[in-house]
Amino acid sequence: MSDLLAARSQMGVSLAFHIIFAVAGIAMPVMMLVAERRWQVTGHAIYLDLAQRWAKGTAILFAVGAVSGTVLSFELGLLWPEFMRFAGPIIGMPFSLEGFAFFTEAIFLGIYLYGWDRIPPRAHLAAGVIVALSGAASGVFVVIANAWMNAPTGFEVVQGQAVNVDPLAAMANPAALPQALHMTLAAYAATGFAVAGIHAMLLLKDPDNAFHRRALAIALIVGGPAAVLQPISGDLSARHLARHQPVKLAAAEALFHTQAGAPLTLGGWPDVDRRETRFAVDIPAGLSLLAFHDPGAVVKGLDAAPRDEWPNVPAVHLAFQLMVALGTYLALVALWTGWRAWRGADLAHERWLLRAIALAAPMGFLAVEAGWMMTELGRQPWVIYGVLKTADAVTPMPGLIVPFLTFTLLYCFLGVIVVWLLYRHILRSPEILEWRGFYMPVKSRGRGKGEGG
Amino acid sequence: MAGVLYAREEPGKGEGGRGVTLADLLAGVIFAALNAYAVLAGADFGGGVWALLAHGPRKERQRDLIAHAIGPVWEANHVWLILAIVLLFTGFPAAFARLGVALHIPLSLVLIGIVLRGSAFTFWRYGGETDAEQRHWGVTFAVASLITPLLLGTTVGAIASGALGEAGRGKGEGFYPGYVAPWLTPFALGVGVFALVAFAFLAAVYLTLEAEETELREDFRRRALGAGVALFGAALLVLVLSGTGAPRVRAGLILAPWAAPLHLLTAGAAGAALVALWRRRYGAARVAAAAQVSLILSGWGLSQYPYILPPDLTVAGAAAPVATLRLLIGALALGAVVLLPSLYYLFRVFKSRTPVAPPTTPPTPPR
Repeated sequence: MSDLLAARSQMGVSLAFHIIFAVAGIAMPVMMLVAERRWQVTGHAIYLDLAQRWAKGTAILFAVGAVSGTVLSFELGLLWPEFMRFAGPIIGMPFSLEGFAFFTEAIFLGIYLYGWDRIPPRAHLAAGVIVALSGAASGVFVVIANAWMNAPTGFEVVQGQAVNVDPLAAMANPAALPQALHMTLAAYAATGFAVAGIHAMLLLKDPDNAFHRRALAIALIVGGPAAVLQPISGDLSARHLARHQPVKLAAAEALFHTQAGAPLTLGGWPDVDRRETRFAVDIPAGLSLLAFHDPGAVVKGLDAAPRDEWPNVPAVHLAFQLMVALGTYLALVALWTGWRAWRGADLAHERWLLRAIALAAPMGFLAVEAGWMMTELGRQPWVIYGVLKTADAVTPMPGLIVPFLTFTLLYCFLGVIVVWLLYRHILRSPEILEWRGFYMPVKSRGRGKGEGG
Repeated sequence: MAGVLYAREEPGKGEGGRGVTLADLLAGVIFAALNAYAVLAGADFGGGVWALLAHGPRKERQRDLIAHAIGPVWEANHVWLILAIVLLFTGFPAAFARLGVALHIPLSLVLIGIVLRGSAFTFWRYGGETDAEQRHWGVTFAVASLITPLLLGTTVGAIASGALGEAGRGKGEGFYPGYVAPWLTPFALGVGVFALVAFAFLAAVYLTLEAEETELREDFRRRALGAGVALFGAALLVLVLSGTGAPRVRAGLILAPWAAPLHLLTAGAAGAALVALWRRRYGAARVAAAAQVSLILSGWGLSQYPYILPPDLTVAGAAAPVATLRLLIGALALGAVVLLPSLYYLFRVFKSRTPVAPPTTPPTPPR
């Protein structure tokens, strides 16, 4: 394994690990807040139990997210010193803003977690709102920095040096809005469906369990709308790619030749040597329609770029197809759920729907990982698209396979423990007999049979 | 390595002329963030050290007190480091790039320590159902708390020693001279030991204020006094090693016009901390101990100025273009408006003596 590949792998593993915690850290506080608010309104203890379990989950996920995020901020320099030397002044700004947002999040999460009996209920809820908002803001800032790597603006290169640096113009890069929107929606959809899926699984065994019914409802409220909106934001992203990152789009769609009325390629295996995609289903003019909203539009193919500036086409194509397929599934399940809820059905007894939701549990996170792979692999061989190659940014330090393996092992170990803790403390049914019953017990506001929460 | 690209159109010209430039101001802010990290997060690491060394009849209560003290604040305290790092790579990218190369190994180890400390602490508090499991995480947390400050101090020692110059930077002289020699020196390791002792001292002093029972408070008072004396020893060790290890810092600390007053102040704070501890004036001891550590750090910062990485990279030379510095300082001012009141609120809720509440267990759902 070359040092460059080791460095890329270490960065990839670190990001793939961190993104799970970042995504959950954005959406979990919203669920916890909905539950706490329901508790304040209804006075029912099930909601308090839910709020506290989700707060516990947030605490565990946030802690691991915070430390793995610290690792990333250092790794920018440990692995990519030449990238940071060039990019630091241009794109450090959103990182600094992220620092502030993250600081705010950490402060108010501490207040929220440890302040249940120290501050008034309103202040407690407000602290949670600040956690949710600053969590979303941190995510947006980091994605803006990544967007700049894909669509760099706010500087000029003169004789290998960046001049006329304008950090605000760098933040306002054309990829910023589509990427930030797509990632934020993904956070809510992935987390919401992961939690909903697990409770759906438990409800299949025990449909009358009041605890899981409420948990399912809140998780779907957070995840469902985001999953439905995601394809729209995906369309925005695709149209951005067509204009600003044509090579990435061409790789994602396995489009080898520039053409008018380009087809949409579903599935298949891109054969780079023969420059064709085998075993795929083509929808005529589909790609032109999606990318430019015009069936006759010309879409740039991979042949628009020199061969040595192509990314790994099969990997990008595969990741992209996976993301789209998973996202589509989530959107369809969300629509199905919405329709059944609108018709007044008791979701906990819709066994086929519950199965579909249970199946969705890992899909949002898989889609997040696939989308991240697509956007990062699709930019290669550049670290800053069209400006700096990844190979020129890497540290001269030899033996990078050692830190790569070390951090990979560390993260595998932590991942296993986190999953185990989440299962034991958050998801397992509470040992309270009366909550096993269908009806909301004491003090509930008379919600009757047929209303899932 | 094609180090062809540099974002330095007008390196660190700041506002031009003499006086304090924007780059100086930003360097000052980064230093202040590091100082806050040392005084606040340092004590969280120190708490881990005392959890490791807990003994006697009140062993478990000592550990509970430590966990209870760290719990609400450690993540916020930790962010000072992240803030310092992002400001460094935005404002002084050349320094960040050089640090990343020359100190790759100790910084990677610091990161592993940070990851293990943070996660183990959380697993310890939220984790185990069995005592054995709890103990396991407690030990991981404590050991990581011991190793991380050592390595952090070592990186600071490596910077101060002037070993991170252009000459010593992985230039085909082989692995050891480029990536190990800069930090594996007696002086740098000495600074690591010093950092560890200082953090333990801070933690013990703060814990005297956290304890609600006299016996527990006395436990930490004794530890604080011991650590305070050990800190003198560690300082002496660093001073002796600096003779060959960091001549520039040593010269600054002895010859500069600010040296004598600074030493007097530091000695005053150190003495005051010990006297206050002895006389059980814990509030005063906390202020004096924090001041002592800040003053020592200031000595390092001042003696190194105008270099950000001695012996050849100055604050001005490493600085980002003025447009970036201006925006960054503006953002810092805005951020401070949000952050400082929030921090004040956090510490008022959890660290003031007045609202005496029982240990923070969330209300349990009625059964």
